[in-house]
Amino acid sequence: MRKILAVFFIGVFGYYMLAILMDFPFGIDHLNPGLAGAYLKDTVSKTGAVNVVTSIIVNYRGFDTLGEVTVLFLAATGMSALLYDGKTMNRSRQNASVIVKAGSRLLFPLIIILGAYVFIHGHLTPGGGFQGGAIIASGFLLMFISYRNYHVSHRILSNVESTAGSVFVVLGLLGLLYGATFLENIMPLGIPNKLFSGGLIPLIYIAVGFKVGAELTALLDTMLKTVK
Amino acid sequence: MDYMSIIVIILAVLLILAAFFVIRSKDLVAAVVASAVVSLISSIYFYILQAPDVALTEAAIGVALTTIFFMITIRKTRRDEE
Repeated sequence: MRKILAVFFIGVFGYYMLAILMDFPFGIDHLNPGLAGAYLKDTVSKTGAVNVVTSIIVNYRGFDTLGEVTVLFLAATGMSALLYDGKTMNRSRQNASVIVKAGSRLLFPLIIILGAYVFIHGHLTPGGGFQGGAIIASGFLLMFISYRNYHVSHRILSNVESTAGSVFVVLGLLGLLYGATFLENIMPLGIPNKLFSGGLIPLIYIAVGFKVGAELTALLDTMLKTVK
Repeated sequence: MDYMSIIVIILAVLLILAAFFVIRSKDLVAAVVASAVVSLISSIYFYILQAPDVALTEAAIGVALTTIFFMITIRKTRRDEE
């Protein structure tokens, strides 16, 4: 009976899906050509950012990005609250071999610099706050798994995270204060393709990069410390 | 056929094989490694399809962070699927 019902619902769903999709001509750029074209055409002159993806994430849809950052923050908080059990724990694994240790010591600063580059240049090159933060966290992960007693201070991490989150909200409120809307761009746009361009976009992405990096690093440390 | 389409076809076959392995494997550690392979290949696909932003995210989160989270979880539970 359940299988018959499942087949029935899949059939109904498929029929309506097909009915909708039949209206679109095949092989033509048909999904809102006006909107996508407008973004591609006006982005550089309106936001000053050369990377259209970044300008949509941080400028046109900046409020959604604030929500996204909040979701990540809530997930990290919930996970830490579940895993924390009051004791100071140590990662109790074996130390890695000499080659892994030397290699990760060599690679760690380079990975951190790459992450910082990715989120500072988010408005010029592919990447941005989330990607840069994840790259930084994976650099710390390399150190965690090669050195048994590599310590990160959770107080510094949570301070960095809360400061970065507050900077994002304050930049949005400045837009409300000096402009008309929340997260409105109040800085000069600058010359496109230069590092100091794009108005608020680099500032917001630097804040997001610090926040995501600190969050994921703290999360990895907390999780790795619970492994026996 | 040029080089690009040969590479794309090989990658597609590898992607589907790895995805099937993730579903069918009884050893969860092997399944997690295969899912990292799926993420890596889809990251290459995103790059080929001119979405380098998504490719960066997929490479950093799908290959590195998700894998280690799954590994920690498997370490805390059981390795074999019954």
